[in-house]
Amino acid sequence: MLEAHDLAGRRGHADLFAGVGFRLAAGEALVVTGPNGTGKTTLLRMLAGLSAPAAGEIRLNGNKVAPYSQELRSSVAYAGHLPALKDELTAEENLSSLVQLAGAPVAVPELRAALDAVALGRRRNLPARVLSAGQRRRIGLARLAVLRRPVLVLDEPATALDAAGIDLLAKLVHEHLDRGGVAVLATHQSLGLEPERVRSLVLGG
Amino acid sequence: MAATAPPGVEAAFGAGGDGALAGLRWAVARDLRLAMRSRAELGVQLLFYVIVVALFPLSMTPERNLLATMGPGVLWVAALLASLLSLPRLFATDHADGTLEQIALSPYPLEALIAGKVLAHWLTTGLPVALLAPLLALQYYLDGESVGVLVAGLLLGTPILSLLGAVGAALTLGLRGGGGSLLALLILPLYVPVLIFGAGAVDSVRAGLGATANLSLLGAGLALALVGTPFAAAAAVRIALD
Repeated sequence: MLEAHDLAGRRGHADLFAGVGFRLAAGEALVVTGPNGTGKTTLLRMLAGLSAPAAGEIRLNGNKVAPYSQELRSSVAYAGHLPALKDELTAEENLSSLVQLAGAPVAVPELRAALDAVALGRRRNLPARVLSAGQRRRIGLARLAVLRRPVLVLDEPATALDAAGIDLLAKLVHEHLDRGGVAVLATHQSLGLEPERVRSLVLGG
Repeated sequence: MAATAPPGVEAAFGAGGDGALAGLRWAVARDLRLAMRSRAELGVQLLFYVIVVALFPLSMTPERNLLATMGPGVLWVAALLASLLSLPRLFATDHADGTLEQIALSPYPLEALIAGKVLAHWLTTGLPVALLAPLLALQYYLDGESVGVLVAGLLLGTPILSLLGAVGAALTLGLRGGGGSLLALLILPLYVPVLIFGAGAVDSVRAGLGATANLSLLGAGLALALVGTPFAAAAAVRIALD
């Protein structure tokens, strides 16, 4: 479903990695690990379509995809380091806005259920400004759950989450894989994924 | 925001027409809502415009003819500065909190989303500036016809300021700290034709020549800017994100 051949990543004049390749079938996850500065974020941004690989190609459902291609933009849900939340908007408004931006239909009951699921139901009318870093992360989890895109690309998704938050993240990824989606995760958390459906990639090793 | 029923992802693919419109609506609605949540900042920009315009008559001989000659130019320069004042934040806050990445990755065309942001910028800066102009023109003894032409010129010209400004704002995105002053250096020269035709329209009315030529040129400029700048700004945003 998602494959990469001979990818090379460069940041400025530094070559980060070269010859990276993988193939993910439906229901499989790629876990990317490696020391800081070895190009995990760079690789994930390529897969999301935010930057062009220095060499190599990415294929989605067999088709070669370029950065910002319509196919990538409609199948990938990307969550980077930055939460993409507006301090002035409430938790629910932020979620609604992001879901709408992703072109998905907005149903208020569904949004509220998603916020309930990440234990933010009672705080949905609070401005994002007053939420903690972990709670802001949880809005991001709710967004991924509502969007149900076939490809998840998550950069350090466990940052700032507490134990219950990590359980929510693990549940989200599990359900996503069970539905036949694929996921690319840059994380050192195990998330309790079954070894048979995890491919791992170690950068800088 | 729930009032605007967005088409599903499938519809967003289409020929781009539906998707573009939905994207534009999303950006306008969101940016207007954010602007309403921080009304104080909007007030500061408008107050800045009012004060700059009000300072000139105080600093010179309050002679009718002199003021009427200078008035249109002063109003236009103040409008330009007011537009410039709010430009650095057009993309910078979205860039800083990661929203810009999600905007660029949206299935809606990036050009349409940017056009929506620019429209919201104009509605919150250019439009109030144009609407306040008749009131401020009183200080400069401008006659009714001149005021009408001044407002028409501002209504045609301020959207060009927002559109050109968006390209500058997108180009200066990656810069730390100094983005604002570089943006001014980059954009102010591009504002010159708008200033010349806008202030010139009022001058030609006062000289009895009619404002048609100047206003038509502003209209043509607006049409050109509408077609070109969203694409240029979109390209600059993608470069900033890479």
